[in-house]
Amino acid sequence: MTTAIELEAVSRAFGPVLALDDVSLAVTPGEFFALLGPSGSGKTTCLRLVAGFDRPTRGRVLLEGVDVTGTPPFDRSVNTVFQDYALFPHMTVAENVAYGPKVRGVKPAERRKLALEILELVRLETLAERSPSQLSGGQKQRVALARALVNRPKVLLLDEPLGALDLRLREEMQTELKSLQQRLGITFLYVTHDQGEALSMADRIAVFREGRIEQLDTPRGLYVRPKTAFVARFVGSANVVAADAATRLTGLAQAFAIRPELIEVLAADRAAPEGSLGGEGVLEDVQYHGATSRWLVRLDAGPTLTAACPESGMQDRGIKAGSRVRLAWSPDSLVALADA
Amino acid sequence: MLRAVSATLYGRRGFYVALLLLPPLLWLGIVYLGSLFALLMQSFYAIDEFTARIVPEFTLATYGQLLSHPANVDIILRTLAMAIAVTLAAAVIAFPVANYMARYASGRMKAFFYVGVMMPMWTSYLVKVYAWRLMLAKQGILSWFVDQAGLTPALEHALATPVVGGPSLASSYLGMFVVFVYMWLPFMILPLAAALERVPESLLQASADLGARPGQTFRQVVLPLALPGLAAGSVFTFSLTLGDYIIPSVVGAPGYFIGMMVYQQQGTAGNIPLAAAFSVVPIILISAYLALAKRLGAFDAL
Repeated sequence: MTTAIELEAVSRAFGPVLALDDVSLAVTPGEFFALLGPSGSGKTTCLRLVAGFDRPTRGRVLLEGVDVTGTPPFDRSVNTVFQDYALFPHMTVAENVAYGPKVRGVKPAERRKLALEILELVRLETLAERSPSQLSGGQKQRVALARALVNRPKVLLLDEPLGALDLRLREEMQTELKSLQQRLGITFLYVTHDQGEALSMADRIAVFREGRIEQLDTPRGLYVRPKTAFVARFVGSANVVAADAATRLTGLAQAFAIRPELIEVLAADRAAPEGSLGGEGVLEDVQYHGATSRWLVRLDAGPTLTAACPESGMQDRGIKAGSRVRLAWSPDSLVALADA
Repeated sequence: MLRAVSATLYGRRGFYVALLLLPPLLWLGIVYLGSLFALLMQSFYAIDEFTARIVPEFTLATYGQLLSHPANVDIILRTLAMAIAVTLAAAVIAFPVANYMARYASGRMKAFFYVGVMMPMWTSYLVKVYAWRLMLAKQGILSWFVDQAGLTPALEHALATPVVGGPSLASSYLGMFVVFVYMWLPFMILPLAAALERVPESLLQASADLGARPGQTFRQVVLPLALPGLAAGSVFTFSLTLGDYIIPSVVGAPGYFIGMMVYQQQGTAGNIPLAAAFSVVPIILISAYLALAKRLGAFDAL
């Protein structure tokens, strides 16, 4: 089976700076693939190479098995949803959407029909005659999506498409994007710095750090088995314990990560469950987060760990900041890390 | 004390704005629009044939004189043709320069280009015009360059063209055209660069991404969005050419231009009403030009 997108040992240098350093990845057709990383990690450079706005210094870019490394964007069968939407301000919504067919020589009546069909798909058919400046952020986002979909691309590139929307709208659009992707069966290459977004939508995620892929895995794989401290901290929240402190806690000189929700907080006078690991310490702070609270505990063995569990009457027993508490976790909850 | 004044002003936004606007509005209203209105009034007066005195009575006789003499109509058409040619040439030359300045140049290169475009404007206008007359002269440096490049036959061929040609570049409309384009080019480049600078890179990428070739992107996206800048620049080049009287009197063929007529009528001829009527012509032409530009959608992207 051919891959939808393939990067073969791709590097991109800007002067002395390596924005991408020997990156290889393969996206299968119909996959929702996320590029996740902090700003400047190389994920957007990666997307630009696939779109054709930029060319790699070394390596090859393949679309459906065909080498397109030197192919200009207008000859590639991919379309892009831009972070700033990039709607043409001098055209109406319908004209924006019909732009792709227009430059490909489709007749006016025909391309208008295509545009209205796609606008219906994103539920904007009533706004077809508006100018982009009259639209809200969420509506602009949909127009950008419709415009990119009208050419029926096999691959859709999305560059932080929801970055400029407020939280509620963002969550709504996440659901909508995901269902649209499944209905149309298009391959999505999705750039984001929001790990929650990547976890909830993507089939697979490549975590970028300083121009390299730190880890490539399914969302569940990344969350449960992060390979490095960077991934553990960037995907979800995690307590990362360095090797020397780990020796005192587990008896092994091996750095590890543990998710806050896998740590139990007990009153200091209560015994830890059989076979569990943990230790005693001072409760430094409790942050209320609704369903759970975050308990910051400085262990006598050194590190400060965060636990996430419900308050469940701890205050009634007089446990508050400054109290001594016991943390306990199952040995299975620890994830060994390659670094840190 | 000062603090109290500031606080009072801050609370009364309207008064504050009015206070700031009053001096420029007075200047604009009385000195600028007032004199323009006085000029318009003058054009509706006429001169007494015998006494050469202005008769302050409302009449259309001066406009009749302006439009009934074929020589006057020739002057208007000649000036208009030159203004259109200069504007077109300036737009064609300015576009690549402005595009480079707005999109590709950065840092030092950008500063270099902006200074380079504006530097000629720091020099005296007269010095530049006379310098051009010397450069364009038959034995001037330009002919020498043309000769060195082996293009003398081409130059002679161009100068042999009826109407625009002449004995030398310095005494032909062709030479005058070159000087006009040189003089007003910065006025075209700067607004055009400003307009192009406001077109985000992502729009060009989106166009290419949707399948548009560079030529299509230029016609469908860049040009429509640059139109306000092009319109602003062309108003400068168009109106400056229409009103100028120094370049036509120093360089080029002996035919009269509107500016020269205004200068002559209000000076030696002493016919202020006719001078006023002549200077109303550019105002009407520019208004017509702006109306046309608006109809073509030049300001839609504003």
